[in-house]
Amino acid sequence: SPNSLPHSTPFSIKSTNTHKNQKTFLNLSAPLPLLNKSIPKSYKLTFGFHFEFPHLLIFHNPPFFFNFKKMASIFQGVGTATTLSSSASFDSNKFHPSSRRSLSERKVSFLVVRSDAAKMNPGLNKIGGRADQLVTNAVATKPDTSAASTAASKSGHELLLFEALREGLEEEMERDSRVCIIGEDVGHYGGSYKVSKGLAPKYGDLRVLDTPIAENAFTGMGIGAAMMGLRPIIEGMNMGFLLLAFNQISNNCGMLHYTSGGQFKIPVVIRGPGGVGRQLGAEHSQRLESYFQSIPGIQMVACSTPYNAKGLMKAAIRSDNPVILFEHVLLYNLKETIPDEEYVLNLEEAEMVRPGEHVTILTYSRMRYHVMQAAKTLVNKGYDPEVIDIRSLKPFDLHMIGNSVKKTHRVLIVEECMRTGGIGASLTAAINENFQDFLDAPIVCLSSQDVPTPYAGTLEEWTVVQPPQIVAAVEQLCR
Amino acid sequence: MASSCFSKSKTIIMRNLKSKNFFMLGFINHTYSITNLQFPRHLLHTISSPPLPVSNYASSSPYNYSIAFSRCFASVYGGRRLNTATSVRNSVDQLSTEAPLQQDLDFPGGRVKFTPKPVFTSSSTEERTPCYRVLNDNGQPILDGDSVKISKELAVKMYTNMVTLQVMDTIFYEAQRQGRISFYLTTIGEEAINIASAAALNYNDFVFPQYREPGVLLWRGFTLQDFADQCFGNKNDNGKGRQMPIHYGSRKHNYFTVASTVGTQIPHAVGAAYSLKMEKQDACTVTYFGDGGSSTGDFHAALNFAAVMEVPVIFFCRNNGWAISTPINDQLRSDGIVVRGKAYGVPSIRVDGNDALAIYSAVHKARKMAIEEQTPVLIEALTYRAGHHSTSDDSTKYRPVDEIERWRGDQNPLKRFRKWIETKGWWSDEAESEHRNGIRKQLSQAIQAAERVEKPPISDIFNDVYDIPSKNLTEQEAFLRRTIQKHAQDYPSNVPM
Repeated sequence: SPNSLPHSTPFSIKSTNTHKNQKTFLNLSAPLPLLNKSIPKSYKLTFGFHFEFPHLLIFHNPPFFFNFKKMASIFQGVGTATTLSSSASFDSNKFHPSSRRSLSERKVSFLVVRSDAAKMNPGLNKIGGRADQLVTNAVATKPDTSAASTAASKSGHELLLFEALREGLEEEMERDSRVCIIGEDVGHYGGSYKVSKGLAPKYGDLRVLDTPIAENAFTGMGIGAAMMGLRPIIEGMNMGFLLLAFNQISNNCGMLHYTSGGQFKIPVVIRGPGGVGRQLGAEHSQRLESYFQSIPGIQMVACSTPYNAKGLMKAAIRSDNPVILFEHVLLYNLKETIPDEEYVLNLEEAEMVRPGEHVTILTYSRMRYHVMQAAKTLVNKGYDPEVIDIRSLKPFDLHMIGNSVKKTHRVLIVEECMRTGGIGASLTAAINENFQDFLDAPIVCLSSQDVPTPYAGTLEEWTVVQPPQIVAAVEQLCR
Repeated sequence: MASSCFSKSKTIIMRNLKSKNFFMLGFINHTYSITNLQFPRHLLHTISSPPLPVSNYASSSPYNYSIAFSRCFASVYGGRRLNTATSVRNSVDQLSTEAPLQQDLDFPGGRVKFTPKPVFTSSSTEERTPCYRVLNDNGQPILDGDSVKISKELAVKMYTNMVTLQVMDTIFYEAQRQGRISFYLTTIGEEAINIASAAALNYNDFVFPQYREPGVLLWRGFTLQDFADQCFGNKNDNGKGRQMPIHYGSRKHNYFTVASTVGTQIPHAVGAAYSLKMEKQDACTVTYFGDGGSSTGDFHAALNFAAVMEVPVIFFCRNNGWAISTPINDQLRSDGIVVRGKAYGVPSIRVDGNDALAIYSAVHKARKMAIEEQTPVLIEALTYRAGHHSTSDDSTKYRPVDEIERWRGDQNPLKRFRKWIETKGWWSDEAESEHRNGIRKQLSQAIQAAERVEKPPISDIFNDVYDIPSKNLTEQEAFLRRTIQKHAQDYPSNVPM
């Protein structure tokens, strides 16, 4: 039975904190790249939420308590008095929640904990064995080159998501001299989100090229260079700017391999931060995956953790197809420990974040974290959600999604796109077409409203799907 | 961000200048010392042009200056930018009798001389940029001309290719009118541009065409059968039947597939030149576009970009006076396209587009300049689109017939060149008719053969979208096949399964 929390649900937007903490919280609405500087080291804020968190749970447990595939999760205290029920897939009895703290000492911060290797140890967790069966080879047409299935070395290294992207970039540039970066302020400035920092001094101004403000032209440039054999990575300072490059992306990038009869290939990677940020304004809060998703000839992936950011970046660079890599403005400071050895993820594969029984929650990018937060509450209330980070936005990994639907029979899609014509809309159609017989209830899709993103912080919060809505939707679905 | 830095610095400058009564560029008649003006050093990295407008005098001005552009990151940029930009001489203080004043100021982008008179640059110069020409209207070499000498073999090859191109255009156009191909686009009037520019390039120079340059492919060895196969979209087509007629493309001939979009190939050429520069190859890229194509955003950004990056690319503009039905005066008000090169810092030349020898010399020189000096070059060829825009167009609707006839007749590039090679004794009437008949025969055979070849198979609908077909594509192909099997009578029978 759902436990009763000592205070109001932890996901309420209304603050129950003291003003002191409120202030601390509000200070954190500065743009993310600067965020870490203002936070004392002991509270490594890796993620920005608008929510209040009642307590901090400090995890002392070493990684081997977790038995999923390697992933980053946000854990948030749900109240010290509560113990997580044993039906949770987390090995909750190994947690050591800190003693109850007074309200005034509440800190708003998270730790991102690395989960253990994918090598399931069935003895440790009853779900482990099942998780193994679920994560099979996806719809991928290429063999799975991921190293995630091997046991992770305990000695990984910890870094932030933008550093993971940079590591991926650097490794690929080292490995293949044809890889180059084209974008605004990517050279000596290091990129507006510091993803290409340090690369221009290392590889030269020509390989890490600063461009004038002409997205269509420098995307075209990247396409021309790719047709000649280079492997450019085209960065849009913000995904919204790539709308200016739509002509080149749609008419040339997606088409030229086809219309030339396969004579010229275009192995570009187009990447940039998108999504709703922290009061960036309507024009800089675009979700371009919904516009690009029907362009034939391109692939789209969305990263959400440092681990998959690096892996997808490397895979995208090595792919001979044009790939659009969607990053999220608010996820750049996510911290995780990733393996030292080289790994490349599969572009067409989804990621099983949390195996479950009752409902399949499909999500990607930042919404993954909202879903995981909601999952905590759901677990407390006795539900067992299965959370899949779909990662591959085009084409969908219908293999993993299908397996999940066949198991749970209920689907909830949580996305940041607009209601009309977003990724959720396409995914709903795809699942309805392919797995109609396995559904016990209509698919529920939670998405942003069809409005430009308002600037006011409170309004902006409400255009994005929040965990209470997810919890309510699951409860509705599982009735 | 760069833009915000820029606006901030602008306000800093304005505030500083206003508050300390500094000398405003050309706006106040007083002169003051401006030695104390401090510029935030880091802003220089983000600003690359003077923030205030610069007045320009005609040659009568006592102060003769121009803007010098300096670069902050010296590692990439070679000497060209610093050498060829006309730099301001930190020169004679002509008003030395007065208090010592500074004649120029080191703004981001270079030193700029001040002027006390607010004079605007004129929207047009009295005299247009002159046009380079080697042969006159009668095919005789102009005295004191400067051009590259070509051999008999080359001249004859050029002329025969021009004839082949003209005959090919005529016959394919007729084939479209007969309903045998769906679409065609002729190059009538621009044969010299096509062939002569191709002749001046090497085979390893990459070509990014618009759509009115099949002559370049012809020169490089694309056979008449290849042209016919693409127009008929049969299985021998390089493009596997995926594009409209005249959208040729051949990796073997370093000729990139034509895309219908106007002007999108221009940044592609810049990117390709960038890759040549990265890999230090002895080749350049060439891109063609028309006067209409020079209005696209891609043109301007690409030219700007090429100048900044100093890459070996030749921008060849075929200014043929018409963009479908838009005459040149409705397209632009600058002195053609050649002056735009100067605006972006690209060396440019205007040539007579109906003079094959002039084009050959100009492209030859441009190529040398592009590769040796690692600079973009802009060539504007003045010519006339003597045919219709395409088979979907009837140009008599918007231009007088006698104008078309004049350009087809006297100003015909083939006529001029033929006169020249005939005076040299390299050509004759018999050779002409023999060549034309031969080509016509070859073409009709090629067309008949192309008509008979079967179309590409169904699987070519789904191949090459990605390197390996994705799952949804294989599903869609399976669905299509099932549908065709079920309703075979509703689908064309000559498409192999």
